[in-house]
Order: sequence, then structure tokens, then C-alpha cells
Amino acid sequence: MEANKKKITDHIQDLGALIALLLLVVGISIISPEFRTGSNFLSLLRQSSINGLIAFGMTCVILTDAIDLSVGSVLALSTALCAGMISAGVPAGAAMLLALLIGTALGAVSGLLVTKGRLQAFIATLITMTVYRGATMIFTGGKPISNLGDSFVLKLVGRGNLYRIPIPVILLVLIFIGFYFLLNKTTFGRAVYATGSNWKCAKLAGINIDKTKIIVYAISGFMSALAGLILLSRLGSAQPTLGSGYELDAIAAVALGGTSMSGGRGKIYGTLIGVLIIAVLNNGLNILGVSSYYQDVIKGIVILIAVLSDRKR
Amino acid sequence: MQIEMKGIDKSFGTNQVLKDAGFVLGHGEVHALMGENGAGKSTLMKILTGVYTRDKGTVIVDGTQVNYRNPQEAEKAGIVFIHQELNVLFDLTVEENLFMGKEIKNRFGFCNQKAMRQKAEEALGRLGVHINPGEVMSNLSVGQQQMVEICKALMVEAKVIIMDEPTAALTQSETAALFEVIQSLRKSGVSIVYISHRMEEIFELCDRISVLRDGTYVGTRNIPETNMNEIVKLMIGREIGERYPQRNCKIGDTVLKVSGLTKKGVFEDVAFEVKAGEVLGVSGLMGAGRTEIMQAIFGNLSYESGKIEIDGREVQIKSPIQAMKNGIGFITEDRKVEGLMLEESIEKNIALANLPIISKNHVLDRKKERNLVKKGIEELHIRCFGPSHECNNLSGGNQQKVVFAKWVYTEPKILILDEPTRGVDIGAKKEIYNIVNDLAAKGVAIIMVSSELPEVLGMSDRVMVVREGVVRGIIHKEEANQENIMTLATGGMI
Repeated sequence: MEANKKKITDHIQDLGALIALLLLVVGISIISPEFRTGSNFLSLLRQSSINGLIAFGMTCVILTDAIDLSVGSVLALSTALCAGMISAGVPAGAAMLLALLIGTALGAVSGLLVTKGRLQAFIATLITMTVYRGATMIFTGGKPISNLGDSFVLKLVGRGNLYRIPIPVILLVLIFIGFYFLLNKTTFGRAVYATGSNWKCAKLAGINIDKTKIIVYAISGFMSALAGLILLSRLGSAQPTLGSGYELDAIAAVALGGTSMSGGRGKIYGTLIGVLIIAVLNNGLNILGVSSYYQDVIKGIVILIAVLSDRKR
Repeated sequence: MQIEMKGIDKSFGTNQVLKDAGFVLGHGEVHALMGENGAGKSTLMKILTGVYTRDKGTVIVDGTQVNYRNPQEAEKAGIVFIHQELNVLFDLTVEENLFMGKEIKNRFGFCNQKAMRQKAEEALGRLGVHINPGEVMSNLSVGQQQMVEICKALMVEAKVIIMDEPTAALTQSETAALFEVIQSLRKSGVSIVYISHRMEEIFELCDRISVLRDGTYVGTRNIPETNMNEIVKLMIGREIGERYPQRNCKIGDTVLKVSGLTKKGVFEDVAFEVKAGEVLGVSGLMGAGRTEIMQAIFGNLSYESGKIEIDGREVQIKSPIQAMKNGIGFITEDRKVEGLMLEESIEKNIALANLPIISKNHVLDRKKERNLVKKGIEELHIRCFGPSHECNNLSGGNQQKVVFAKWVYTEPKILILDEPTRGVDIGAKKEIYNIVNDLAAKGVAIIMVSSELPEVLGMSDRVMVVREGVVRGIIHKEEANQENIMTLATGGMI
């Protein structure tokens, strides 16, 4: 009986975030006619794709009872290297694939520090965050890299549309499905949850904890690099300060989605809803002309409410 | 102090855990509270000490009706609950633990270290234990930590001390020391409520036994006028017959052979073998290195030298994954810490060690998973609401059955059991023994580490005794008895 009850409250919880999202959308729509246009919704979704991709990777990391603070710096470094390669004449498609590989490797380094180096996740990724940001500054000399030519692929990723739907939104949906499958239908997904739930137990049951952690960091790095490519495509240049602070939005989205910060519990669709709540707040408050100072306060309060309602369970 | 609890009801949601529960505690007596897991012993004590509120019933202390709203009120009245999971702060010193929240302050409001040190030494001295008040808690043995808890209780001038499974993690000599302390407390008029599953201990130590069954008070007996069979019958409402079921199975060839296994300072030159269908009991005092030897064989602890052979072939085992590939299963000592994901469902827990079986190319086959879990719940008689039941809400015995279910279907050739029935009630214990016997009958070689001598003697074909990391002897079933095992375990010769 108790198990059933838990399930019901679980559902209410999941619904809770969804209801909050709908309330926000309806509320802002009533106040602002500009907000409730189709084109605004599409651009809102497109804006959410960057944080969404990063937050999906972050969800995996947090589910294993870890954290990845380096996502913004991985994004910056892989993007800068990609831009550097393109401006040096490497074909854009190849440079972009390389950037994804680089992002994956940069993420895996954090994973190695956490597992083989036995550093706490917070410290390990604080280190990689700092070093990668520094490396980006060194590589770019602190200046944006902008002569990126006229590549179709590069433009497509961030600016393309398919039947009026922006490519980043399509990517977000496809990758969401991929993550759902990965976390719920594969043995790797079970390993991720088990690692965060009780790593000692998981290890004794034959789960390779180190491998699992390295892979989630690699995934997080890959997602950051992918988000970076979308940004690069949209901005047309690689800024050395790109992506700073993005880790906070991603963590906020994961927390809003009800994932436990101590691992083992959480759902990928929760994160998607969290991402959308943040996107609606950003977009809506901008349209309503709320000063960005107040926006941060409001966002903080929304997260507070979400986390408190999570605890009541 | 005298306590009378009468007609206590308590429900959690729709789940009634106590109905008409109670007992009477006399002045200066040691009173055992017995019952199977889930019978409501701990809940009843939590109601007494104000952790939970009761739905119905009365609590009378020294003739007046009371209703403690929280443990602090109970403590003020002189009733202290020492929980099974000790309530100590491991990174602080003994002294800091003793005075937590009750620090002696000087007139400027700062802690008076000197006064506290003196009072701590006094209190520890009164218990006759030699513990340095400046020592960090985590450097003490579990037995010493328990003494600190008792000391803490005495410092608030407790008149009633409730102990929940106090000896579960103690060595033989620590248990003896604890019993001495309990005897002297009784003499000074302190009453003890003693919750334990260990019959032998209770008959040695206590004055009376009260039994709860399914949340209801069943009866109280004076120790001299009763016997273990009667108590067991009260607890489960029926006879269980033999405590250790008979096993008739053919013992086959040697499956596991260990030789020269050494990790300096932990275990040395360990050599033994186990045959198919055989149960090798492993006895020894707490901290003798039994668990470490098993962890090493399972690849969860590195060792310096030694050879492990399975089916006559030398194997290299450096991780649990490799151990599993070589057909070894391992049921750990502490199911809550290492055996289970407590917040996960039965289903997820059973599936965890069986992922290769229930998946293809790393993709889960949900149908296979559901069937496996269903089989596990049915065959091992796990009492639950279904596969989605969270392990946290299961009784100790059922939790342990979930751990067994996790391993049984990996079809191990060798199964290592570390304290397989710790904190498990009598009925569930017997079910676990039956599972062990079934596995042995299928030809699994079983190693069973246990601190309960009757269990080792009742279940093993041979008993290996470990002392300070060294195998002191392997005794055949026919020759094994409590005396020769204890003699070897404590350093004597036979």
C-alpha cells in the first residue's frame, strides 16, 4: 500500500512541475499578446535548446551522485577550437565533428579525475572548469574568432528550419528521446541509477562504477560541445567568454525537474520540463520588460518553490 | 522506575503496525522484548520515547499517565533509547559526543573543556571502561562506541535504558563487558529494555520476556519458568520445528581452492577449499579478518599474494565483475550499506546483478526482467505488495531475501554469505536456511561467515576458524562444538 501511495505522490510531483509550466505559459500569455504568438513559442523553444542539451547531460551526471561544473568551459573551448579550425581552412563539417570529439574527451577528463584521481566531483570539475576557460582564453587570445566562411552545415545547425521548425528544436526532441531510451531501457541506464543510489551495492553487483562515471562525464562533454555548435552557428563567431554560468542554468533545470542532487532518483522528462520553465521565465520576463536584475531574483524564487515542494513528499 | 504500556494502537496510513500492544516494565529489571521483525518492538519503544505519537492506549510511568511529545521529554523523565544504528558523531571526540547539546559552559559562555573532561572521565570510570575522552569516535571499536552511548544515557541520569540489538556488532568479549555493565546497572536500580533476536543471550541476561506478535501483546514469561521453544511458539504462533533444517546432499568435487592468500596486517597465508554442495562455516571474533578474506576472494579488496583456483584452474580476480564471471556470488555483511539500494524497488534490486541475463546488446528485455523478478518473489517467499515495493519498507528478513534473489539467478558456482541472518527474525531465518540448503543441493559451494555459533554449528559441513587474519583450524561437523570453536577463535589450541 505504501508503495502504491508513493507512486501516486510521485505522479502528482511529476504533474506538479508540468502544472507549474502550464500556469506560467497561460499566465504570461494572458498578460502579453506578444508572448502568445506561434513564432515566439518557436523562438522560445530554440532558446531552450542550448540549456536543454546541456541539462540532459547534467542529469546523467547528477543521477550518479556527481556534478559537472565544467559544462560552460567545455562549450567555450570546443567551440573556440572548432572556430579556429574553420578559420584555418578545415572544412566546417569536419571541424564540427572534431569539436564534438574534443568536447567528449574534455568531459572524460573530468570523469577520470573523479574516478582514477579520486577527487570529489565538485572539486574535479571546478578544476577542469577553470583550466578549460583559461585554455580558451589562451587559444583565442581573449578575442572572438569570427571569419567562419559560409558553410551550409554550420548555418544549418543553429539557423536552419525543417517545415518552419528550427533545427535546434528538432535536435532537442531527438536527443531527449535518445536520453529517455538510454536511461530507461538500457543496462547503462540501470548502472547510472544504481551508481547514484548506492555505489557500494552496485559495485558488488558487478557494475563498473568508474566506467559508468567516466561515460556520463563524456556524455556531458559531448552535449556541451553540441550546444556550443548551435551557439556558434547562431552567433557566427566564437566568444572566449561563451557559456560562462551555463552550468548554473543546467543544474537549476535538473533540480526543477525533481532529480535528487544526491543521485539515484530523477527523470529525464523532469529535466525537460525544468528547462522549459526556465526558458519561459527568461523569454516571458524579457517580453514583459522586467529588468534582468529582477529576473534572476524571480528565477531563484521559482527554483526555491520547486525544491521546497519536492521536500514535502 | 516502573512503566506500564496498555492497549497501544498505531497506524501508518492504512498500515496498522500496533494493535493492543503493551508491556509492563518493573523497577531494576532487565526485560527482553521479543518478536519477529515487523512485530512492532521498535515502534512500541518509539511511542514510549515520544518519537511517534500513539493513536490509542495509555502509558503510565510510576503511577502517572504520561505522553512524551519528543525524545527530549522522555530523556528528561529518565528514559533513554539506544538505537541499533548508534547515534554518535564519528568525527567528534568521545567527550564532545557525551556533552553534545549539554556542554558545560563557563561564565563567559565558552565551553569549559576542563570540567567536561573531568566529568567524562568520571562517568566512563563508573562504567569500568577504559576509553580516552579525547579520542575521536571513529577510532573506537563498535563495542566502545556503544559504551559511550550508555555513558551518555547515564549522564542524564537515565532510569530506563532501551537497547535495540546492542550485541549485533559486538565481539564475544565486548558482549561480556556489556553484560557486566547491564548487571551493575540493574543493581543500581536502572531498568533495561533489551531488544534482541539472540535467544541464548536473553536467557543468560534477562529477568523476564515480553513477546509481541503482529503488533499485538502476546504474553510475558519469567525466564526461569520458560524455555526457548515456548518463546518461539509465542513469537510466531506455531511451532517451527528444527531451527536448522536437515540437508541431505551429495558433496562433490572441490570448486574453490584458496592458498597462501595474504594481505599484510589483515590476513595471512589463508588456505582452504570448498566443495560443490558443501557449506563451509567461517567462525571467528569480530575483526578477525573473515569479511576481508571474503572481500578479497570476491575482488573487492586487493591482496598481496596468494592463489585462487576454481575448478582446478587458477583465476585472476581483481574486481567483483571478474569474480562474477568466474561464478562467484557474494551476499554482504550489511545489506543496508552494501547489499541493497534501499530507496529502489524490489524489481530494480533483483535485476541489478542479473543485467546480463535480462538484456540483449545492453538493451533491457522488460518481459524477461519481470518474469525473473516474479520468480524471485515467489520462490523465495518475499512478502511484499509487488515488484515495485520499495526495499526500505520491507522487514529485515524480506530485505535479505531480496538480496538472495539478486544472486540466486546469476547461478553462481560459489556463493559467499557474510552474516546471512543478521537482524533477521526466527521465521525468516529458517526460510533463509532452506534457501541455502536448496542451493547446496543444486551443487553450489557455499561459504557462510557467521558470528552466531549455533547457526555455524547447525548449518556447516565444516567450520573454519579465523583469528587475527590467520586460519586457526578447520573442524569437521561431527567434531565441532562451541567450546573448540571459541578456543581456536580466542587463541587457544585444541
